[in-house]
Amino acid sequence: MPDGTGAQFVRLAGLKRYFDVSAPWLVRTIERRPRQIVQAVDGIDIEIAKGETFSLVGESGCGKSTVARLVVGLYPPTAGTIEFDGNDMAARHSRSDMAALRRRMQMIFQDPYASLNPRWRVFDIIAEPIRAFGLSKDKADLQKRVEDLLRQVKLMPADGRKFPHEFSGGQRQRVSIARALASQPEFLVCDEPTSALDVSVQAQILNLMVDLQRRFGLTYLFISHNLAVVYHISTRVGVMYLGRLVEVAPTETLFTRPKHPYTRMLLDTIPDLDMTGRQRSPVAGEVPSPINPPSGCTFHPRCPFANDRCKAERPMPISIEGGTVACHAIEEGRLPVEERTYVANS
Amino acid sequence: MAPSDKISTNNPPLLEVKNLRVEFPTRRGTLLAVDDVSFDIAPGEVLGVVGESGAGKSLTGNAIIGLLEPPGRIAGGEIRLEGRRIDNLPYEEMRKIRGARIGAIFQDPLTSLNPLYSVGRQLVETIQTHLPLSAAAARTRALDLLKEVGIPGAESRIDHYPHQFSGGMRQRVVIALALCAGPRLIVADEPTTALDVSIQAQIIALLKRLCREHGTAVMLVTHDMGVIAETADRVAVMYAGRIAEIGPVRDVVKHAKHPYTKGLMGSIPSLGVRTERLTQIDGAMPRLTEIPTGCAFNPRCTERGQRCMVERPDLMVAGTSRAACWLHDRGGVGAPVLKETVDA
Repeated sequence: MPDGTGAQFVRLAGLKRYFDVSAPWLVRTIERRPRQIVQAVDGIDIEIAKGETFSLVGESGCGKSTVARLVVGLYPPTAGTIEFDGNDMAARHSRSDMAALRRRMQMIFQDPYASLNPRWRVFDIIAEPIRAFGLSKDKADLQKRVEDLLRQVKLMPADGRKFPHEFSGGQRQRVSIARALASQPEFLVCDEPTSALDVSVQAQILNLMVDLQRRFGLTYLFISHNLAVVYHISTRVGVMYLGRLVEVAPTETLFTRPKHPYTRMLLDTIPDLDMTGRQRSPVAGEVPSPINPPSGCTFHPRCPFANDRCKAERPMPISIEGGTVACHAIEEGRLPVEERTYVANS
Repeated sequence: MAPSDKISTNNPPLLEVKNLRVEFPTRRGTLLAVDDVSFDIAPGEVLGVVGESGAGKSLTGNAIIGLLEPPGRIAGGEIRLEGRRIDNLPYEEMRKIRGARIGAIFQDPLTSLNPLYSVGRQLVETIQTHLPLSAAAARTRALDLLKEVGIPGAESRIDHYPHQFSGGMRQRVVIALALCAGPRLIVADEPTTALDVSIQAQIIALLKRLCREHGTAVMLVTHDMGVIAETADRVAVMYAGRIAEIGPVRDVVKHAKHPYTKGLMGSIPSLGVRTERLTQIDGAMPRLTEIPTGCAFNPRCTERGQRCMVERPDLMVAGTSRAACWLHDRGGVGAPVLKETVDA
C-alpha cells in the first residue's frame, strides 16, 4: 500500500481487538456454554500520511469506533501494532517519552454532552491538557493560551468562566475541539464529531475543522457513518464491515468508482437530495453479529455476487486504482468496476 | 387559510391544524414552544416536518396525537381529524382515536415496545382494544401484519420478545403496531434516526409502500432532509416554533424561498461537488426564552431588513410554496435588503 508519498505518519498493521463477552465462569460451567468473543476489530492495516484526513465509514457495530480508541490507546490491542511517527506505541517507553507521544495525539468524541465534565468551568476543561503536559510557563501564559484556543474555535474568551451546560451542542463541540487542540497535537482522532449535531451546526463544525487543519497542519482520523460528510472532508476513505476493512481508496475514486459490493451498497443508501428520482435500493438483511461472523468473506450473506469461494475463503486486500479492496469477485474479474456520477446539488 | 393550498373542497383535508399554540408554563414565565402553526394533510399524503432540535416539530406531532407531556399544553388553535375537533377531547375519548384513527411511530423502537410482553401479545392487545375481534382472529391479523412489514419467519417470531429483534426489525414491529387498527393518519416522529443507513432505506421504502397500499396519510417528523426528499409529498420547515416555509417537497428542496431553508439546504454536504467549505448559517437557533422580536430568524439572516427586526412575518405566497419572510411580501414594499454580516 505505500504509495511513495514518503514516510507514513500513522501505521496500523494487523490490528485486532477482541472483547470477551462470555457469561461468568460458573454459569458457563453449569450451563455448558462456550466462551463468547466479539471480534470487534479483526486484522486491519491502515497507513495515514501527514496532513491528510483519513475517514473510516461503516454501519454501527462494524468496529470503527474501536479502531479510534485503539489508536489513541484507550484500549490495548489484542494483536497487531500501532506506529505513530515511527514509534511503536506498544514498545517500552519511559514515562516522559510516552507522555511526549501522547501529547501529539488527541481525540474528539461524539457526544459533547457526555465528554465534558459538568462540574468544571470551560477554562479548566481546556487548561487541563496544558497543565497535565506542563506546557505553560506561568498563570498568565496559561490564561493567554486558553483564551487563544477559545478564539480559534470561535468562542469568546469570556466563555471560559461558564459551565458546559450553558452552551448549546455545537458550542460544546467547539469546547471539545479547543481541549483537543490545547496540547498542540499533530494528529486528531475524531469519533463521529458531528453526529449529535443539527445539520446547520454540523456545517459550522466541519468548516472549523477544515480551517484548523489548514492552519496547524493537522492529520485527522475521522470516524463517521455519514457518507456525505465523509465525501466532503476526507482525502482517503476506508470502508469497514464487521471488523475488517473491505475497501480503501482516495475519496473521489471511492465515490465515483466503488469496487466492493458493500461500498456500492452503502453508496446506494445515501439519501437522494437532488431528486433525480434515483431509488435507494433497500439492501436485504442486516449486519450479522460479530460474535459469530459468517465464514469466508463476512459480507457474503448479503452480497448478490457471492459464490462458494466467498463462503469459504477470506478475501485478502489487493491493490487496485490507488487503493485496496478485499473481494474475490473483484480479484477474479467477475465484477466490473462501476462508474457513478453525481449531480451537484444547486 | 391561504388560497394557494391545493386542497379543494371536494377533497376535504384529513387533518387540519389551525393556529396551534403549545406552551410550557415555567417558574420564569410561559414558554411558547409552538407558535401559531397551521397546516393540513390530505388523505394519503405524506407531509414532512423538518427542523433542527428545539424547532417544535415533535411537539406539534405530540399535540396532534394528544400526548403532550405536562406541563406542556395546547394553549390555542384547533386540530381537526376528518372534520372533528380532537384537541379538546377528554383523555378516554382521545385514547380511542389514538391507535384507531391515528397511529404513532416513535424514534426509539426499544422504548416503544414493552420488554416484558412478546410482540405477538402486544399486537393482539392493540388489535383487540380497537377492533371487535376474537383472540384467534386478532392473532391471525397480527401475523398478517408482521408478514406485511417484512419480518422473516413471522410464524415463529410472533412469540419472540422485543430484545430478540434487531433495531430494524423492532422498528418494523412498531410500524405493524401503528397499523393494527388501520389508522387514517400515522404520526411518525424520527422513525429512522436510530437506525443504520442501510436499514433506514429499508424502513423508508416500507413506510412508503404501506401508506400507498392502505391510503394512510403520514406526518413525518424528522431532522433528516434526505429522508424527507425521498418520502414526502409536501414539506414544512420549522424554525423556533413556527413554520418558516411550507410547500411541495421538490420546490422547497430545489428552490427554497426562505433564507433559513436556503441555508439549511446549503449546509447539507452533497455528493458531486467537493467545495472547500460548506455554506453555514452562523449562530444557533434562539432559546425559547430569548426569541427575538420581528422575524425569529433575523439575527442569523443574511438578507434581513429593517422590517424584519420589528414585524413578524406570516406565511406568504412565494411561487408554489409559502414562506414566512418579508422578502416575499408582494403587498407592500419588499424588505430593504441590508447586507451585513451577522456575528454569532
